[in-house]
Amino acid sequence: MSEETTNSGEPVRVPFMQRVLDNPFILLFIGIVFPTLFYIIWGIMEIVNIPIAP
Amino acid sequence: MSDNQFRICPESGLQFHKPAEMLMRAHAVVAVVILLIGGIAALLVTLTRWPAIHLLPADRFYQLLTMHGTNMLIFWMISFEIAVLYFCSSTLLRCRLATPRIAWLGFALMLIGIIVNNAAVASGTASVMMTSYVPMPANPNFYLGLILFAVGALIGCFVFLATLVVAKDEKTYEGSIPLVTFGALTACIIAVFTIASGAIVLIPTWLWSLGYINHIDAAMYRIVWWALGHSSQQINVAAHVAVWYAIAAIVFGARPLSEKVSRVAFFLYIAFLQLASAHHLLVDPGLSAEWKIFNTSYAMYLAVLASMVHGLTVPGSIEVAQRAKGLTNGLFEWLRKAPWGNPIFSGMFISLIGFGFIGGISGVVMGTEQINIIIHNTIYVPGHFHATVVIGSTLAFMSLTYFLIPTLFRKQVAFPGLAKWQPYLFGIGMSSFTLAMMGAGTLGVERRHWDMAFTNSALGFEYPASAFTLMGIMGISGVVAILGGAIFILVTVVSVFFGKSVESESSYGISATRLMRADPVVVPEGGHGAAGKWGFAAPGTFVLALFFLAIFVLYYAVNWKYLASVWPMS
Ligand code: HEM
Ligand SMILES: [Cu+2]
Repeated sequence: MSEETTNSGEPVRVPFMQRVLDNPFILLFIGIVFPTLFYIIWGIMEIVNIPIAP
Repeated sequence: MSDNQFRICPESGLQFHKPAEMLMRAHAVVAVVILLIGGIAALLVTLTRWPAIHLLPADRFYQLLTMHGTNMLIFWMISFEIAVLYFCSSTLLRCRLATPRIAWLGFALMLIGIIVNNAAVASGTASVMMTSYVPMPANPNFYLGLILFAVGALIGCFVFLATLVVAKDEKTYEGSIPLVTFGALTACIIAVFTIASGAIVLIPTWLWSLGYINHIDAAMYRIVWWALGHSSQQINVAAHVAVWYAIAAIVFGARPLSEKVSRVAFFLYIAFLQLASAHHLLVDPGLSAEWKIFNTSYAMYLAVLASMVHGLTVPGSIEVAQRAKGLTNGLFEWLRKAPWGNPIFSGMFISLIGFGFIGGISGVVMGTEQINIIIHNTIYVPGHFHATVVIGSTLAFMSLTYFLIPTLFRKQVAFPGLAKWQPYLFGIGMSSFTLAMMGAGTLGVERRHWDMAFTNSALGFEYPASAFTLMGIMGISGVVAILGGAIFILVTVVSVFFGKSVESESSYGISATRLMRADPVVVPEGGHGAAGKWGFAAPGTFVLALFFLAIFVLYYAVNWKYLASVWPMS
């Protein structure tokens, strides 16, 4: 999948970043994991760690 | 698959898959009806916040504010965006829409959700405003309506993704998907995160309102709710940027200055835009400064960078296209001689300028932890987001609608004279409305406040007279903008339901085939600089960008100075 052929039939390597940008499901993964980790999980950990008032 | 499933639009060359076409029409029509309801609420809310009129009693004010917020921010925007997703997949990739039946199921859920939610608000038992913070309770149907809508919209996102897969399998395009479709993909990905967060927060809240769960933590609710509330704005941003690129291609045949740079900018949106949700929680206790600063400053600035890239490359590509047509005099002939009478273009350009200059700059100020405190929870905040979501997204979608009327609905645009003026009324009215709000907010006027005069209240406060004047200017400009919105609805409804069919020609739009290609080679004949000046391909845009930067730096510095004066330390 990462290989495409030119007119002459020679395989060319598609650059890594282009392969990422061409794959909607990798992008979907990044777009969900980043905010879930840095915003939701990290934020919730902080709230959970607030001590309960006696 | 039979061939008569498709029709080719003779003006634009776009190819519509008939089942997809019906879906796009249905979503667009529902969106405009919602815009009408939200607009009526906007009028009543505006007339209440205009101190000289102060129209509604307090309970009605909060009821209509709820109706305005949810209908506009969630139902209008997302309904229209699902139509955009179907257009950018099925139409631009010239392929069939995956599973139209399931897409109709999604549509039905969205529609039922809208009705259930609005009925709850109309009954007066759900005036909790769109944020519906716990422990303030609403009629359970308020949450149920939002949940049904969210599930329907999520189905729409997956139909879009499935259509990308179909197009790839059936080889309806070569190489990468076109840039506009890539922008739509960005919107779709952000939407999946947004809607999932919405479900995570609203399903337990619904169960709580029914009495099945006895406690929901207010701080937790706010974190997860803002993953919905903020990210949904970022769906709008990604979608309206895609619309800008589309309109630059439709009206000018412009190609992006660099596909690579534009795609990477969209990628920055996917990775970082949603983290900025934290700017809504900058004064929440319990969250550390590290969490706040990482999410708002570091992540948000990468996303802001991406917006500045788009804000530069869209007009830049228009400039290059215009210069290639011979409009090479001076710095700005390309802009002066742009089709200012064509609402597809004028709306899009006002959207771009308003979003960048008003929404963008104020957004960075609000996202900076220290200076945020000056305007936190004041009417500056709605000032900022009406610049992004109304001048930016709504106006961009209005412009696109003027293109869709002849191509998707096959109707002539009714009242072309009014349509020509509509973007100006709406855009300029809204600009003055947002600036007045931002001014009043800087003086401390609260958002969501029924009576800024604090009549008969135990803990009163007296605002300077200038704050009342600014709120009056806000009221007048708001009414002007609403008039612009009403004209939009009049033009679209009359065109679509009572308009003359398009025969062979329409007044707007030129070949849209440019939309359908990913251009790996972007350099025009003779190189980018050929028609430019002083070695720049787009010198006018460069000057505009420097002007933008100067205002940005100045305003940012003024806010720090102001912070130093409101917060004396000895
Ligand atoms: C001409 C059009 C419009 C006018 C005059 C208008 C006016 C207003 C006013 C006066 C408020 C109340 C501010 C406050 O008291 O805190 C408000 C709130 C709001 N508006 Fe608009 N608006 C318009 C269009 C829109 C559109 C198109 C959207 C979204 C796409 C939108 C989204 C919102 C939201 C989310 C709120 C906040 C509600 C809340 O605080 O719960 N508005 N608008
Ligand atoms: Cu936000």
